Amino acid sequence: MSDFEPKIVAFVCNWCTYAGADLTGTSRIKYATNVKIIRFPCTGRIDFMLLLKAFGEGADGIIISGCHPNDCHYTSGNFHARRRWILFRGLMNFIGIDINRIQFSWVSAAEGAKWADVVNNTVTKIRELGPYTEYQKVANYLAKEVKHG
Amino acid sequence: MDELRLRAKELLENHDVQLVIGFENGTGNRTRPAFIDKPQDVGKLIFDSRCVQNIALYLTKPEIKRKGKPAIVAPLPVLRTIIQLASEQQIKDGDIEVIGISPESKLMKFASLAEIEKYLEDYKLRVGEKEMETLTKLRNMTGEERFKYWIDQLSPCFKCYACRQACPMCYCPRCTVEQNQPQWIPVPSHEIGNLEWHIMRAMHLAGRCTDCAACANACPLGIPLNYLTKHLIEDIESNFGNGSASPQLKQGNILSVFKPEDKDNFIL
Repeated sequence: MSDFEPKIVAFVCNWCTYAGADLTGTSRIKYATNVKIIRFPCTGRIDFMLLLKAFGEGADGIIISGCHPNDCHYTSGNFHARRRWILFRGLMNFIGIDINRIQFSWVSAAEGAKWADVVNNTVTKIRELGPYTEYQKVANYLAKEVKHG
Repeated sequence: MDELRLRAKELLENHDVQLVIGFENGTGNRTRPAFIDKPQDVGKLIFDSRCVQNIALYLTKPEIKRKGKPAIVAPLPVLRTIIQLASEQQIKDGDIEVIGISPESKLMKFASLAEIEKYLEDYKLRVGEKEMETLTKLRNMTGEERFKYWIDQLSPCFKCYACRQACPMCYCPRCTVEQNQPQWIPVPSHEIGNLEWHIMRAMHLAGRCTDCAACANACPLGIPLNYLTKHLIEDIESNFGNGSASPQLKQGNILSVFKPEDKDNFIL
């Protein structure tokens, strides 16, 4: 499938990565357009259910990004988030959801170039992995339903 | 058993407690929770290997709290749950009377919650050897096989939420599954809703589950859903240090504390 364009959802924190992504733009660095950025107050706010919903709604990959450790606007939000991700990643893997499709990163407000790299690398990786039909097939329950009468 | 009844009678007669939560004979060869508020009824109380329900469940119920101070018949899983509930500020010293039952069926007295915690140090939360074998077998499958395995296992689930009702740690008055704006968990009994529900349940119990298996026992379809939480317990042990999955009064929930040196080799 050469014409496959991955859909990627990025959950980013307002204070670092969102500003970093802004810097990528103002620095006029070109990067893949497959990413849809959703802004959160903090990585600690990124509920794991949102990732499941993203996959369920047809995302092929997910980027989660926030402040570097010790840089959190709320002091410890990213530390708490990291703990949750460690367990969530393990659980996803245990259930058989492809954790290669979830990319975690720390991107600060000064790292516009790093953000472009993260997005480009993730897009390349997801392009190789192909669309996440395994999950989408499960998620698309309305399509399967047989309607009587 | 006589000892247990005597102790319950004594507690009720002295008005130390207003209610004793224990087990009684149910229908068939099963047991059910008993709520005894009169000293003359203590003859109903029993305890044997069939009493597997985790009755610490009732400690957080408003209708039980309204009755006054309860005493609870507490085998090992219940003791662990009590400590976990205490670490989450759901019970404090003096709120309950604990009639501990050791694995050798001996009656135990505890003066405080700290004493229970000390006793439990010899009984750290571990995934049993046999269960570990199943876990390892699952972990050695490929990702696709595991996904198929879990979708197959979870597909009969019709979301009766018996697992949640039986779980002493699921005491939230409003659960995420009951929220419909937005609708977090799709209502139909379909693979995606089942998957999301079980992931959510496991994640909300991460670091809190005391592995009493009440959820799996309550499941009318026999889904091995406690393997999700068993996996988490094992994962917590290997990531955050030995004994960190065991309930502790002072430690706080494993997900509400952190260490700056937590692993981040998966983060770019």
